[in-house]
This record gives sequence, C-alpha cells and structure tokens, in this order.
Amino acid sequence: MRKIYLGVLALYLGIAASHAQTTMPPPVKDSTNYQSRKLKVDEVNLVSAYYQQDGNHSAVTGGIGTESLTDFANTIDLQLSNYGKKGRKNTFGFELGIDHYTSASSDKIDPLSISSASREDVRIYPSLSWTSTNEKTGNSFGFTGSYSHEFDYQSFGGAFSLTRLSANKNTQFDFKAQAFLDTWKVILPVELRPAGYGSGEEHDKRALDYSPRNSFSTSFSLSQVINTRLQALLVVEPSYQHGLLATKYQRDYFTDGSERVENLPDSRYKLPIAVRLNYFLSDMFIVRTFYRYYTDNWGITAHTAELEVPIKFTPFFSLSPFYRYNNQQGTKYFAPYGQHSPTETYYTSDYDLSTLQSHFFGSGIRFAPPKGVLGWQHLSMLELRYGHYTRSTDLASDIISLNLKFK
Amino acid sequence: MISKTHLIGLAICCVCGLASCSTVKAYQKNKLNDAEMELSARKAQKFEQSFQLYREGGSGANGGKSGGGCGCN
Repeated sequence: MRKIYLGVLALYLGIAASHAQTTMPPPVKDSTNYQSRKLKVDEVNLVSAYYQQDGNHSAVTGGIGTESLTDFANTIDLQLSNYGKKGRKNTFGFELGIDHYTSASSDKIDPLSISSASREDVRIYPSLSWTSTNEKTGNSFGFTGSYSHEFDYQSFGGAFSLTRLSANKNTQFDFKAQAFLDTWKVILPVELRPAGYGSGEEHDKRALDYSPRNSFSTSFSLSQVINTRLQALLVVEPSYQHGLLATKYQRDYFTDGSERVENLPDSRYKLPIAVRLNYFLSDMFIVRTFYRYYTDNWGITAHTAELEVPIKFTPFFSLSPFYRYNNQQGTKYFAPYGQHSPTETYYTSDYDLSTLQSHFFGSGIRFAPPKGVLGWQHLSMLELRYGHYTRSTDLASDIISLNLKFK
Repeated sequence: MISKTHLIGLAICCVCGLASCSTVKAYQKNKLNDAEMELSARKAQKFEQSFQLYREGGSGANGGKSGGGCGCN
C-alpha cells in the first residue's frame, strides 16, 4: 500500500521536475503548412482521488453492518499524435489506472479469518486507443482496447467510435459501441460454501467456480451549438449485460430465518438518456447543467440532476461549486435484512439497488495560467475538487480529486 | 420503461431546441470554446462518477464507465 502512495508521489514529482528543468526556446512562427509525421506528446493527464465512505447497511452481511471503505485511485493518461500520409491526424492514447481499496464489509465474507480474500485489493487497468481524424471536416473514427484485473475479477474491453460534424461545425454526432468480456471468480460466504469449495485466497488451492459477465453498450450523442453562449448535448446509451450479475458473496436473510447468497437475473437491459446544457452567462459566470433519466428491466428508475456554476475570477482561475441530486426507485428484488420471502426467485439486500435519494455537493478550483501553474511552463492546468455525498439509506462519503495536465 | 408521453415530450423539446438554433460562425465561438463550456464531464470527475456508479443503480450517458471491472465493493 505504502509503495503505491510513494510510487504515485514519485510519478507526480518526476513529471513536474523534468518539465521544470526544461528551458523552452522562444516560439518560432511556422509559415509552412508542414504537418509532422513524427509522434509528439499532446498532453499528459494525471488524475488521483481519495475516497472514503461509511454506512451501516452492508450487502455482504445481508443489509446490516459496516460499509466502511477507502479507495485510493490513480490514472495516468498519455495522448500522442502524428499525421499520416494522407494528412489525417492519428491520435494515440495510453491510459494506466491503479486503485487500492480496503473494504470492511468484504472482510465479513469470512469473519473468522484474520484477513479475507477481498479485505483489500489492487485493481490495475490499462487501455490503448487510436483515433484517425480528418482535421478539415472534423470527422473521425477510432478503436479502444482495455483490460482490468483485480484478485477476483478480469475484464477485456473493446470499443469503436465514430464522429461526424456538420459543414458549419455547429452540430456533432457521436456513436460509440463497446463490449466488455469479464470473468468473475465466484467467492461465497464461508458458511454457505459447499464442502471442498475454495475461499479464493491465494494460498488456498481448492477449486472454485468462475462465471462470465459480459456488457455491451452503444452510445448515440448529438451536440448542438444553439447560439454564441449556449450549447447542448443529448446522449442515449442503451446497454445490455449478461452472465453473473449477482454478487455471490453477498448474503440474504429470509422471513423463515434461512440464509442464501444473493440471486439476481442473468440479464439486464439499461436505458439512460441524458441532456447537458452549458450557458456562458457572463465573463465571470458559466452555468453547467446535466439531467439524466435512467430505467432498466430490474425495475430501477432514476432521475439525476447536476448544477455547476464556475465563477471565473480571472480567465485562468475559477472556483466551481456544484450540486448533484439523485432520486432512485429501487429494484423489485430488494428487501431489507430478514424481510425476503422464501418463495422469491430473485433477491438482494444491496442498498445500492434500493429506493433512495442522494445529495452530492462540493467545489472545485482550476488554475490554467498561460505561463504554466507556478511558473512551470508544461504544467498547463491544475484542478482540485472536493465533494461530500449523503444517501437517504444512512451512507455518507467524501472524495477529493486532483487533476494535473502537462503539455 | 419510458412512456409514449415522455418520448413525445422529448421529441418536441429536441425539435424546438434545434429550431431555435442560429448559425454561429467559427469566429463567434470564443465563449463556447471556453474550457469551462466543454460538453463533457471534467477529467477530475472521473472517480466521482465511478463511486456514484457503484453506490447507485443508475449509470451511463454521463461519459463515465458503463461496464468492465467489478465495482462490487
């Protein structure tokens, strides 16, 4: 754990120091239309966040018990580009993410063990992308490949994206198709494991089951410039999941006193529809809004609204207070601890899927001075955000995020 | 699922919205090109969207992750 913290710190300092020592030659005006075929770094983004939550409705223990969890998440994303023979711009993206989390509830999979398999873990997720753009028209297409690994879960992903711009560049259509082919190690609560079934821990060589979980989604979005101050975006993103969608180490307790592992349908159709509207109110105030309607075939419907008002004290420094509200009608398969009927086919006591309201508020600050943050030419932007989250089911959390952009 | 009324309402809003659009030339887009006007979530929101995806049943259409990786903690 300490190695991850120190590694991330070293990465930040290393990038900052290497750029700080660079002496930039005075810019030379390029009077030709030469487009380099050499690969050059467009930007590097480092995003780090620390998240902690606490609550008292853990699904691992059937809807009661601690939900205490921390997550230290980091990604580095590198964007490079060059020009091909036909003048098309190639953009290459490489992203590497590393999360370290601790979860008190996962520790209850086997409460008698000193350390359960998923008490803490590291998730590593690299991805590669390539986009080809016609800079005259703005039209582009691209592919992405991704991988994610944690001790009980592996995921392979692929995506295709397409962008089309109108001749006046005021209307943009984006299409994206994604597929994730995942495999899940089926870990069961200790008291519900059949004889000889493994715990999933590294030193335990007993066999256990593996199940697939596949996700397919398409995204259609239309963005439109409405006037010189207002622009809007409409997104429709239907998706389908198939495979093991229940979390098998989560317990459910029934009215007859019996106990089983969570059971949910093996397919799920989701349909979120979202609208963004951004308005440039004045040189000092910008209004960013977001609304999403969500529905799925498990009976969940949700309305989510966000409002953020960046206040620009200077063109390069802004403060952005934000508020997000979510109202969710829970799944028909949910019931609290000990309230499931033994005749039910599907059941969960996971409060994430219950009827709830949540509030998320906080603020961000953003520095993007033309001469670089703190005079470091290449550190073109620094953004820091803090948010506090409360949920009507007695869960509260805090998150602090940092984004450094190097150019 | 979404009712017919919702769909008709959405279609009317889209048509009215598009009808009220004026042609904005490239040189008139200095306000729209402001970094705070981007029609996408901020990169710094990446992990906020991740935890919201895990803590709520609804997901997608916000630029965040919609599959891949567990997120069961």
